[in-house]
Amino acid sequence: MAKYISWFRDIGLDDRPKVGGKGGSLGELQRAGIDVPPGFVVRTEAFEDFIDALERHSPVRARVEGLAADELEGIGAVSRELRTRIEDAPLSAELLQEIGAAYRGLGEAGLAPAVAVRSSATTEDAADASFAGLQDTYLWVTPADSVVRKIRSCWASLYSLESLSYRRRLGIAESTVAMAVVVQTMVDARTAGVMFTRSPISGDRSVIAIEGAWGLGSALVSGEVTPDRWVVAKITGEISVREISDKAIRHAQSPGGGVEELSVEQSLRREPCLSDGELQSLRAIGRQVERHYGRPQDIEWAIDRHTQQILLLQSRPETVWSNKDAQTAAVRVTDPLLHVMRIFGGQR
Amino acid sequence: MNAQLKPREFPLPSTVKVISGTERAQAAYPYHVQFSKADDQKFWFYNSMHFPEPMSAFDMVTAEAAYCALGAANTRVHCLPTTLGIDHRIINGRVYIGGNAVTDPKEIARRTVEFQKRAFYYYQNWESLYAQWKQKMLKLIEDARALPDPALPEFEPLEHVHAGRGIASNHDLLVTYQKALEGYFRMWHHHFEFLLLGYGAYLTFFGFCKKAFPEITDQTIARMVAGIDAEIFRPDDELRRLARCAVDLDVDAHFLEGSSVDDIMRSLRASGEPGRRWLEELQISRDPWFNINVGDGFYHYHRSWNDDLTMPFSAIPGYARSVRAGQLLDRQVERLRDERSRLIADYRELLANEEERAAYDQMIGLAHRVFPYVEGHKFYCEHWYTNLFFNKIRSFGAMLAAQGFFASAEDVFHLTHYELEAAIIDLMNAWSSGSGPRGPAHWPPIVAERKAAIVEWSRHETPPALGPIPDVIDDPAIVMLWGITRESLDNWLSAGTATDTNEVRGFAASSGVVEGIARIVRSVEDISRLQQGDILVCHVTNPTWTPVFQKIRAAVSDIGGSMSHAAIVAREYGLPAVVGTGNATSKIKDGQRIRVDGGRGIVTLLH
Repeated sequence: MAKYISWFRDIGLDDRPKVGGKGGSLGELQRAGIDVPPGFVVRTEAFEDFIDALERHSPVRARVEGLAADELEGIGAVSRELRTRIEDAPLSAELLQEIGAAYRGLGEAGLAPAVAVRSSATTEDAADASFAGLQDTYLWVTPADSVVRKIRSCWASLYSLESLSYRRRLGIAESTVAMAVVVQTMVDARTAGVMFTRSPISGDRSVIAIEGAWGLGSALVSGEVTPDRWVVAKITGEISVREISDKAIRHAQSPGGGVEELSVEQSLRREPCLSDGELQSLRAIGRQVERHYGRPQDIEWAIDRHTQQILLLQSRPETVWSNKDAQTAAVRVTDPLLHVMRIFGGQR
Repeated sequence: MNAQLKPREFPLPSTVKVISGTERAQAAYPYHVQFSKADDQKFWFYNSMHFPEPMSAFDMVTAEAAYCALGAANTRVHCLPTTLGIDHRIINGRVYIGGNAVTDPKEIARRTVEFQKRAFYYYQNWESLYAQWKQKMLKLIEDARALPDPALPEFEPLEHVHAGRGIASNHDLLVTYQKALEGYFRMWHHHFEFLLLGYGAYLTFFGFCKKAFPEITDQTIARMVAGIDAEIFRPDDELRRLARCAVDLDVDAHFLEGSSVDDIMRSLRASGEPGRRWLEELQISRDPWFNINVGDGFYHYHRSWNDDLTMPFSAIPGYARSVRAGQLLDRQVERLRDERSRLIADYRELLANEEERAAYDQMIGLAHRVFPYVEGHKFYCEHWYTNLFFNKIRSFGAMLAAQGFFASAEDVFHLTHYELEAAIIDLMNAWSSGSGPRGPAHWPPIVAERKAAIVEWSRHETPPALGPIPDVIDDPAIVMLWGITRESLDNWLSAGTATDTNEVRGFAASSGVVEGIARIVRSVEDISRLQQGDILVCHVTNPTWTPVFQKIRAAVSDIGGSMSHAAIVAREYGLPAVVGTGNATSKIKDGQRIRVDGGRGIVTLLH
């Protein structure tokens, strides 16, 4: 077994301390029988050994812990210094070899696959989910040396001004800070979007809200395009809301790597980006994931342009409604007949 | 029409004029249903759900009998805490009704104590009381069937004389008529014995679901509650059975589309033994399951399948083709039951906690307990009994027509039931005195005038409501039976101001989206115009129309809610349906291409 690398199929949520929230979730999804783009995680041990190696030259963790939370200028200076050190430092031969082998394993023989490199913080499931948002994602990365560079960039993002000041404000011990990195085959998405397994508007757990747009999901997530929107009854599959919007642009792979914005051809702009059949497939997947986790989920998905396969890129617990005080619709009464007094008793 | 200037309020009853030339027809209705100045203080709405067309003078008996019974059940029998009965008024042949809410908290509290002693007893003993109810109804039906057709012999039969009977045949007319009328009033008491309690239990569960699942559709809740083997499915089940028999006996080819019932009957009889055996099977189905009428049973001209076999016969070819094609025809009761259980369990699992699940179990348990009545009573009351009653009146019409009172038996329905009794007594007197009845000189011009009035009334729109708008509709009876809320009043008020759009909106009754040719079906005669794949557009979708569902791709109606039987049947057939649109039959043109979105309750007119 590799020291620094774990394949999705070998991990689950319990491995989060070593593979981070995103990595654990993708492994868990695959275990639950959900299709996810193939990939692996560069575990936290790789990060820790890398930082240990840096510290043999000069301190890293102590530099951070020496900062006061309100000392913004000092934090800025340390951030710049540490990020440069991380981005410039070489990886150990063993780690390079493991990453290279795993990366090659994602592509067909002799080809360098395009991958997404995404940070997978171990604190991602902490109460303040926004912390996870401070980390980085890089799309359409290829070939191997770029992948290695982006892995280092992910690690470096842990030393951004925002991350450092956040940690200092909360007084988090640097020894507990680690980051895993997910490396995952890119999906050349025809359509991509998000799905909430409860209504974001009413909190209703019996519906699934689906939003989608043409091309890569980044256009939708960044708000550059107004997505199509549907509300599907979780159990019956009835589609109660269909809002088809004018989707002027889409994101696609840039020939030079990364993502570019393209305009959507006129005939497709006002066409629904999902068929009813795909909506029902998404509903089934959403139900399956929700059942697996036992709570409503916030899911990112994409449909492969070539295979038309639906793949999940991420699933995390829905937080907005879960954190609200649920209003109980009714409770058990000793005499069940008393329920009818809501109708007959003028109690409405 | 000056749409923008239309005030956002309803006219006062006193400002609604009797249409010129129909004053005498209006005056035929009794004094207590005529609007008076005092009625301006009260809010009224047009009961277009039950009485969508101008009522002939006799048919008004349905409003009298039904509101007598409804009010008695609410006000005096079960003592609903927040509502009494319903007042009704008639103008231009239209029935307006107004509820009587109880608002004084002390009075509500006093009635609540009574209600729980009475209604709760009904809920607790529902099954045994309902079993008893069916016995009462069957007895009532038996009594009605036993009533003789009226007849006057020239001389009293000798056996009556020798037996010392002591009353003559003219007295039998009065007895038969009064028994028929008494039975009809009695039937309506039975009708309302459980109805409000049943709807109340259903709405309790409905309200809970809407709170627990704010975006759940009405039709999903309806599917959780709807019965699987309710009486209302039986007539259609019988047609499937008869279609199967026809194939087994190899007589299905006799059901040529476009042939009249008489032609088909003749050709079956001529076919010898197989045809005879099929006709025997037909007789078995007819009694009682063909005692359903092609409307809601509130109009004398809503004839039953037994009166006119056109509707059931028109369904046989389609069903027979399915049998020949080897497609399973029987309603899969087990499968439907499993689906319902699955649906209930799946929603239950989504509830927030065990307390909610316990409440859900309690409420759906009660809803299932009461629902057989809510679904089943219509067959016995609005269909079976009503057919017997109107046909009995029709037989009086035939006798009076034979005596020269009317040109045809159907004219009898242009007399009020009070006037009909007078006409019968006129004939009784004439028979006894040996001179001629006065009716032949008296009734024909009146009947002609009233027929003309009905035509005139149906040409005029009538306001959806009258009088001051209440802030809230807090009368559970009105909300339950008519689905009227403050929001629906606002919709009515804005309906007149909406500019013409290519959309018709109603209740989402059964989901799915289809496009097709609209066929406006106004009467049974129009049913034969329905082609395979048409979209049915009609005033009231009715369970008796079930057989046409095999032909159509979608259904649209002016009237009906998501719990109407037609909505249930549409869901069973998996057809999109939009009901309660208010104006689909007037807005959509026959032959027009339309799109029906049953999940959203929207019909789009395509050009």
